[in-house]
Amino acid sequence: MEQLIPQIVFYTFSLAMVLSAIAVITVRNPVYAALFLILAFVTCACIWMLLEAEFLAITLVLVYVGAVMVLFLFVVMMLDINMDLVQQRFARYLPVSLLVAVIMLIEMLMVVAAKNFTVELFPMPAPHPLGYSNTEALGELLYTKYLFAFEVAAVILVVAIIAAITLTLRKRPNTRHQDPSKQVQVKKEDRLRVVKVETDTEYGKHT
Amino acid sequence: MMEFNTSELTLLIPEMLLLTMACVVLVADLFIPEQRRGITYLLSIATLVFTAIAILRLHDGSAIATTVIMNGAFVRDQLGDVLKLCILGVTGIVFVYSKAYLRERNLFKGEFYVLCLFAVLGMMVIVSSANMLSVYLGIELLALSSYTLVALNRDSGVASESAMKYFVLGAMASGMLLYGISMIYGATGTIDFQTMSEVIAAGGANGMILSFGLVFVVIGLAFKFGAVPFHMWLPDVYEGAPTAVTLFISSAPKLAAVAMALRLLDFGLGGLFEHWQQMLIIMAVLSLMLGNVVAIAQTNIKRMLAYSTIAHVGFMLLGILSGSETGYAAAMFYAITYAIMSAGAFGVVILLSRAGFEAETLDDFAGLNRRNPWYAFVMLSMMASLAGIPPFVGFFAKLQIINAVVDVNLTWLAIVAVIFSVIGVFYYLRIIKLMYMDEPTDEHPISPRVDMAAVLSINGALQLLLSIFAGPLIAVCVIAVSGIPG
Repeated sequence: MEQLIPQIVFYTFSLAMVLSAIAVITVRNPVYAALFLILAFVTCACIWMLLEAEFLAITLVLVYVGAVMVLFLFVVMMLDINMDLVQQRFARYLPVSLLVAVIMLIEMLMVVAAKNFTVELFPMPAPHPLGYSNTEALGELLYTKYLFAFEVAAVILVVAIIAAITLTLRKRPNTRHQDPSKQVQVKKEDRLRVVKVETDTEYGKHT
Repeated sequence: MMEFNTSELTLLIPEMLLLTMACVVLVADLFIPEQRRGITYLLSIATLVFTAIAILRLHDGSAIATTVIMNGAFVRDQLGDVLKLCILGVTGIVFVYSKAYLRERNLFKGEFYVLCLFAVLGMMVIVSSANMLSVYLGIELLALSSYTLVALNRDSGVASESAMKYFVLGAMASGMLLYGISMIYGATGTIDFQTMSEVIAAGGANGMILSFGLVFVVIGLAFKFGAVPFHMWLPDVYEGAPTAVTLFISSAPKLAAVAMALRLLDFGLGGLFEHWQQMLIIMAVLSLMLGNVVAIAQTNIKRMLAYSTIAHVGFMLLGILSGSETGYAAAMFYAITYAIMSAGAFGVVILLSRAGFEAETLDDFAGLNRRNPWYAFVMLSMMASLAGIPPFVGFFAKLQIINAVVDVNLTWLAIVAVIFSVIGVFYYLRIIKLMYMDEPTDEHPISPRVDMAAVLSINGALQLLLSIFAGPLIAVCVIAVSGIPG
């Protein structure tokens, strides 16, 4: 009975994940596809919860659903994707890609078959005690065993920032900026010019 | 708690120095006015020099012992040090050649140097990697910097298009590599090369999963090398990128690629030699065929050199697939000499370009001898060396590879390599013919700055000098690869 509930949870979420993953690549509307991808991520996070990987599960939801997918949706909505053209090309390359995909599928099924990854080879890990903190364990690993990888990953992120700024920042001389310090220091004389206007007496006579 | 030994960090000094200096250049460049940008250039050259000195200082005159540090993420050995010094040297050459070119095209920005330095750091991480994670992170660091460099000239549509192709295909290759790595991790239970080879040797891993993972790892590698049939990105990127960037991505990363192949395939997956040898044979033969034959049809010099790169990658793969120490040493020697030749050839292409004019077609080389006999000779030595004509060093590199292949009884491969090299000689000779026998179409004088003239002359002279001193350099390579557990 105590095995049953996790199994029900697992199969429910797995089914939802596989179905939404299929939907991602089959629905015609790209916005729906992005939304289905979010569903796939959320169900995947739930399965990770079952594996006691709480930190990763929450990160998946926060980072992928919260940040990456929102960006994705923005891009999808901003771009005017011509679906007819995409589908034309799809039909043209379908036979070849289908052949490759089927071969790949057979190969993958042979390799990832249940007999290669049996429960004996990969036994279920013992459940952690009650006060166990995933976050703490991860943090300890990151700053000791995987310190080098962690630092290199940080450098990659720096390069990503430099790349993004290099490729997008444009200094245009005629763009209008606000300069608060100038705005504050401005005096009445800078903005206002009092002009002495001669009254035109000739003109006055006519009226 | 995990053990963490801070004394290990002394072995990381060259990498740390490079990283720190790259950040210093990045920040300092913000405060350097446009007309003093030369300071950034000098700082970057100084960074390379000091990193090289730091590597040499760790030697203390004796050969360095193979030491794995950072919990198996980083290995410091002879192979790594030799290749790192070569990478730093070639990058230095690139910096000198590209200065005038970048200045004339309004690309003389700090970002070029910073990104190149980060790419060098990525290469150093690849070269010194002792587990799958380091290899992957190094590749990503190198690749991300390279994509940006290709797109650096953002007003050029061609450059943006080629950067996009490079990015998409590169990301796909990384995906393939990661999938393969995950399979191998599933079969062996480790990402560490040393442990991995022990597990495989003990027969403790499922052969089917292993070879399945291996296929993906080899495909990922082939993408990064640009070996046929995973070469599609290479000609477009070489042609589309600014010549200064082509110069960079065609030279130094090839050294890192050879190191990556040696570390991954021999260090980690040496137990699967029979499997990967077959795959590399197919890719090597196809690369030699396609590279040499298609290069004949090119009229754009950058495209022609791109196909020539593919052919040379075929040769490097031949050295690796022979699986012997001589083969590895030959592949390493080949990569080093190729990086120098490629830098020189693109250096002359840059030399002929000037503000508002790109020397891109073969006809731009017509009558170069009349215009400037010395640089015509430099180009002649580059072309002859790339073709593998005897007094030049390219010949010795090819000879070493063919020797190694014959030694492991793959004579038919050696014959294929020789036949296609002979076919390939045609397009190198065509450039020499254009330079010496045709009338110049362009009378514009060639006047490089002093630094470029000096380095380019040395680069040309190296093609002859290295062949005289080929023996010692090959000996260095042999010592370097002897540290690899066979």
